[in-house]
Amino acid sequence: MSGNSIEVKSLTKKFGGFTAVDGVSFEVGRGAIFGFLGANGAGKSTTIRMLCGLLDPTAGTATVGGFDVGREPERVKRVIGYMSQKFSLYEDLTVVENIRFFGGAYGLAKKSVDARLPWVLGMAGLKGRERSLTRTLSVGWKQRLALGCAVLHEPEIVFLDEPTGGVDPASRRRFWELINELSERKVTVFVTTHYLDEAEYCNDIRLIHAGRIVAGGSPRELKDKVIRNPILEVATDRAVDALEVLQKEPWVLETSIFGTSLHVSVADETEGRRLVRERLAREGIVPQRVDRIVPSLEDVFIHKIEEQAAGGEGSAEAAP
Amino acid sequence: MKAILSIIRKEFLQLRRDPRLLPVIFISPILQLLLLGYAADLDVKRIPSVICDMDRSAASRDYLDGFLNSGFFAVEARVERMDEIDRYLDDGDAAMAFVIPRGFGDKTAGGRQASVMIIADGSESQSATIGVNYATMIAAKYSQKILLESFERVKGLGLKPVLVNPEVRVWYNPELRSRNFMVPGVLGLILMIMTTSLAAQGIVRERETGTMEQLIVTPIRPYQLILGKLLPFVLIGFIDAIFVVAVAKWGFVIPVRGSVPLLFALCLAFMLNTLGIGLFISTISRTQQQAMLTSLFFILPMTLLSGFVFPIENMPRFFQFVTHVIPIRYFFVIIRGIMLKGAGWPELWDQVAALLVLGTVILGLSVARFHKKLE
Ligand SMILES: Nc1ncnc2c1ncn2[C@@H]1O[C@H](COP(=O)(O)OP(=O)(O)O)[C@@H](O)[C@H]1O
Ligand SMILES: [Mg+2]
Repeated sequence: MSGNSIEVKSLTKKFGGFTAVDGVSFEVGRGAIFGFLGANGAGKSTTIRMLCGLLDPTAGTATVGGFDVGREPERVKRVIGYMSQKFSLYEDLTVVENIRFFGGAYGLAKKSVDARLPWVLGMAGLKGRERSLTRTLSVGWKQRLALGCAVLHEPEIVFLDEPTGGVDPASRRRFWELINELSERKVTVFVTTHYLDEAEYCNDIRLIHAGRIVAGGSPRELKDKVIRNPILEVATDRAVDALEVLQKEPWVLETSIFGTSLHVSVADETEGRRLVRERLAREGIVPQRVDRIVPSLEDVFIHKIEEQAAGGEGSAEAAP
Repeated sequence: MKAILSIIRKEFLQLRRDPRLLPVIFISPILQLLLLGYAADLDVKRIPSVICDMDRSAASRDYLDGFLNSGFFAVEARVERMDEIDRYLDDGDAAMAFVIPRGFGDKTAGGRQASVMIIADGSESQSATIGVNYATMIAAKYSQKILLESFERVKGLGLKPVLVNPEVRVWYNPELRSRNFMVPGVLGLILMIMTTSLAAQGIVRERETGTMEQLIVTPIRPYQLILGKLLPFVLIGFIDAIFVVAVAKWGFVIPVRGSVPLLFALCLAFMLNTLGIGLFISTISRTQQQAMLTSLFFILPMTLLSGFVFPIENMPRFFQFVTHVIPIRYFFVIIRGIMLKGAGWPELWDQVAALLVLGTVILGLSVARFHKKLE
């Protein structure tokens, strides 16, 4: 067996006539932190779901931990841990009940679960809240608990689908520390995100766009190639007001709205963050978060990447 | 095994925290028991009757005692002549009349066919029908061959013959209490409703809330997942079965003549079917609400075709044919057989075989449809 934990060749997934993942190929080295970056709808979750045996690929092959995901999905499941994008532990069970349940589901003996329990609780910062209903936990806690449940059985590979979505920067940093710890124990971590800043934490990155991989490499390589006009995601309850204000500013290149968040394209990241906060503050709007995210097709940078990527005949329309 | 136990334990923890659980497990059976035990108890007892014994023989007295001791008729008056009867019926003092013609005793003694006349108040057709049914039943017990002539008397129009159509149910219900027919049926209905819809919703909930995704990536095998999800509902089914049988026996004083362990064992054979249907529904529903509506969509026609509402013999041929794939049809025969007639294996094995075959097919098809995948 090679030194790769995951090997993917021309993996494709079609939903009816729509191709969500289009002939994706890559390898992930053992113990790597592999970042799968892409805007919403790029095909990250669909790829991860095929690798975890949740969806059958339409075409192509993939091996995870040396097992073919199409032919031996159940053996794959013994070596992986998975944390889905949507929180999917039992909200009506307590913290400990969730941990015990997933321990049992993975066939762990009660003794091994007992042994792992303090570690999970400590890692998630849930000591003292063992008996709280999961429903009552904050998002950051839930995500760390979900990670704990996903690695309870000490898998060689973990798949984390946007594990830091929607949490504050402090929780997010803490989560990445946990990912680092896993990597130090030689666990392979496959993590998706649409926050570009998080690329920094990865050893190896692929950028997926409209189902295709359009760029890849180390964070530095990627930044050099990709960085043009940063896109900032501004989370605020008053997204419409914020949009109207920012649209009129000369330093804002482009804006669009996504529910309770706004995408703002600026020339420089640090300067842009400052200007956005400042301008909105004058209207009495205090955004919950301002994050740099992975740009989507409409954004300027992508044209440059397309030239380098194999395709060249232009991508399908993207969901930004 | 460990995986199955983990799921079962988890299921019970969730059920315990579900505030709807107790209401669902107990309210629904209580409502049905009350509704079908009291409201549907249509039988009329102690129908006021007029007796006209023109024979006055030992045989006629003996025969009339048979009626009067049954407890279904109360003697309002004894008259000499037939024309005196009219007054009682017209005034509403009596609803029925029994007339024994002269020569009744001689005929029965000589082994010849004797006849008895029953006149019912036609304006009260419900009690009339039931009264005539009672009389027919009682007459049948009398060893001699006696021709029962039933008439309905409508004011101003005189007498006209009644088409005596003793319902089949009467044969299985010697006390002639419709409650005896209905209440055991509740056991079948409750088991079907509870296990089918709860199981379907329980599985769909995992899909709806996203926890199924987390279950699928564990090494749990599909059969373990199915067993773990369905077994808790078998227990709920048994709790309801015990509850309904207890209320029937002690609350409604309905006889339980056969073996109770056999009855509960056969509940299991029935639940094989209902849980199979529940599992099937879970494979075609995306949301809990859909699962509930789809369950109704299955349960309603099955109830209508079960023989509980309409006797199967009275259905059009096509529907009679369809009832063969309705599991509860067999279960009703089993419950009533065991409770009211004290039936056991010799009488019921064919019904049990039908349930087991149907259940295996239904559950098998549903398991085949149940994939450990997202799509
Ligand atoms: N089950 C599905 N049926 C149809 N389309 C789907 C399904 N799942 C995902 N898609 C579509 O596939 C595309 C990629 O989705 P996804 O992999 O979830 O993107 P990402 O995780 O990168 O945000 C999206 O356009 C999405 O609408
Ligand atoms: Mg996703």
